[in-house]
Amino acid sequence: MNYRRLFLIGVPYVWLLALFLVPFIIVLKISLSDIALSIPPYTPTLDLSEGWAGIKDFFSKLDFDNFLFLKTDPLYWKAYVSSLQIAIFSTAITLLVGYPIAYGMARAPEEWRATLMMMVILPFWTSFLIRVYSWMGILGKEGFLNSALMWLGIVDEPLTILNTNTAVYIGIVYTYLPFMILPIYAALDKLDISLLEAAEDLGCTRTSAFWLVTLPLSRPGIVAGSFLVFIPVIGEFVIPSLLGGSNTLMIGKILFEEFSSNRDWPVASAVAVLLLLIVVVPIVLFQRSQERQAEAQK
Amino acid sequence: MAKPSKTPVVFAPWEDETQKPIIQFKNVTKRFGNFTAIDNLSLDIFEREFFALLGPSGCGKTTIMRMLAGFEAVTEGTILLGGKDISPVPPNKRPVNMMFQSYALFPHLSVWDNIAFGLRRSSMPKDEIGARVDEMLRLTRMEKFAKRKPHQISGGQRQRVALARSLAKAPKLLLLDEPLGALDKKLRHDTQFELMDIQEKTGTTFVIVTHDQEEAMTVASRVAVMDHGKLIQVATPAAIYETPNCVYVADFIGDVNLIEGNSKKVGSDKYEVSWAEGQAALHGSCPREIADGTRVTYAIRPEKVAISADKPKDAANAIQGTVHDIAYLGNISTYHVMLPNGQVIKAQESNTRRLANRHFTWEDPVWLSFTDTAGVILTE
Ligand SMILES: Nc1ncnc2c1ncn2[C@@H]1O[C@H](COP(=O)(O)OP(=O)(O)OP(=O)(O)O)[C@@H](O)[C@H]1O
Ligand SMILES: [Mg+2]
Repeated sequence: MNYRRLFLIGVPYVWLLALFLVPFIIVLKISLSDIALSIPPYTPTLDLSEGWAGIKDFFSKLDFDNFLFLKTDPLYWKAYVSSLQIAIFSTAITLLVGYPIAYGMARAPEEWRATLMMMVILPFWTSFLIRVYSWMGILGKEGFLNSALMWLGIVDEPLTILNTNTAVYIGIVYTYLPFMILPIYAALDKLDISLLEAAEDLGCTRTSAFWLVTLPLSRPGIVAGSFLVFIPVIGEFVIPSLLGGSNTLMIGKILFEEFSSNRDWPVASAVAVLLLLIVVVPIVLFQRSQERQAEAQK
Repeated sequence: MAKPSKTPVVFAPWEDETQKPIIQFKNVTKRFGNFTAIDNLSLDIFEREFFALLGPSGCGKTTIMRMLAGFEAVTEGTILLGGKDISPVPPNKRPVNMMFQSYALFPHLSVWDNIAFGLRRSSMPKDEIGARVDEMLRLTRMEKFAKRKPHQISGGQRQRVALARSLAKAPKLLLLDEPLGALDKKLRHDTQFELMDIQEKTGTTFVIVTHDQEEAMTVASRVAVMDHGKLIQVATPAAIYETPNCVYVADFIGDVNLIEGNSKKVGSDKYEVSWAEGQAALHGSCPREIADGTRVTYAIRPEKVAISADKPKDAANAIQGTVHDIAYLGNISTYHVMLPNGQVIKAQESNTRRLANRHFTWEDPVWLSFTDTAGVILTE
């Protein structure tokens, strides 16, 4: 093994170690600690000046109490389940909305595609927070949407959308749509048109050619897009707290409340560790499906 | 050569006034933007024909196929299939299957499923589909690879799968865009005969694009030589080879010596071509009338030129030169003979003797001779 290769492999590993593994170990450690009225607000802290005895003392004080506590309060597992539910539904909606858009983009005349792509990415130029706030302006009782609906005479009374799960879904689908569109577009753009011609030549209608050829061949894009939406949505905090109501249960919100309102870092860390486990499982599944795909493409 | 049918009658429906063509191109023009890919083309193809399209890259062969299959609309003119205008018929409703030049195999399906794809879209019962796919696999010798995906097989194997897939539905009209280009010589020959056999059995009409003139000669009932979206000559392989109608066709098909000169009429269809100072004029014939003094090209195939050490006594045409180069091709040798005016004429001899006993070697003075019917006089 030469040093050049070692270096090339080493850089991303050091990066992962510093930015992922070390913070995770810190959070894991806090989750095993107890709450305390001090700075930092937990105990024990590692005191190396006392040597080996200090280290032994430190480890003996770590326990799983916080995880056991999460089990006793149904709020937590309900929030997990509700987060999963919201993530699954909104991923499905994003897919249903995003796929036709990606398809339209991939089939658009060559000279339009750059512009269309630009329009998909354009929202990223403004702050995410501002965009979510503007949805409050749109969805509120006196918001644009209700004014427009009443002016058109479609409804007599303003609809209650803001501070409900519907508003959360709208916000999530709006925010994460580009992450769904881009990988699907990439897959559809690669698709060789002559395959569709071959399918038609062999007796397919346009529709059946779509189901038998286009859809299976855009599967990698669908999988990638779905994970890019699903994983961050599970832990989403800003959208449910700004657009959701008091009955919108999402684990990101709980996490934030534990950290800042309750200042209970150990319990918050335990919530975070569990959330990570929930997210890691799909990531592993994703990795494996990607690997299988890559193998098939070889 | 034209395929001899079982009956002594020669298969030549294009000469029979009563025969109705299965495909008719009527003044078809196809433009991409302002580029004319097919230029006012008219063509009749008859049932059970094995029609070969020949021409340089980019001359419009694939475009003709794609118009027949329904992927390109004609800009002007009409295409009739069985007497009916096919322009409103979508590709999936045409009794036509096409083998794509790029193969267009479905990457997510196995070889087996690729071949079965078209059959599954028809009303064929399941077990018959299985039998048919297996038959196609056997035909293309791909039985061992049935479970593989297209990216797991070689280029030639992919080509065979594409061929099998287009053959599977046994359509009325089969369009094959360079179906055998990636196969080795032996497999190509075998497949050519398989194709001819299939045609014999099913009566399918084939339109085939090929860059291999030997292939066109072997399988085709007629050959169309194209250039820049136009048909230059449509005739049987023998006619194309022996009596090309212009320099382009003569040069495109096979090897040919072209000698330019001025013509002079000497008999009913006999002409003399004076081609160089101090050299005897060449004698040949041309069925068309040529005005005296017209600049013409005398075209003669290398294998029709005999090479000898002494001047042959009663040859209609004889030219002296020196051996400039010898190309040994195994079964034959090609002698490149330099004439006094610097032009090089090729003469071919079959190697009936061993290499060591060869008659001639470099710089030997030799005589080239040929009869007055061996060559053709071309005016274009
Ligand atoms: N979609 C298109 N848009 C513009 N020009 C095209 C298009 N398709 C084909 N052409 C042009 O039309 C001409 C004929 O193309 P075609 O594919 O029929 O050639 P070909 O005879 O099959 O060549 P080859 O032997 O290389 O396959 C080419 O000059 C090509 O560039
Ligand atoms: Mg082509």
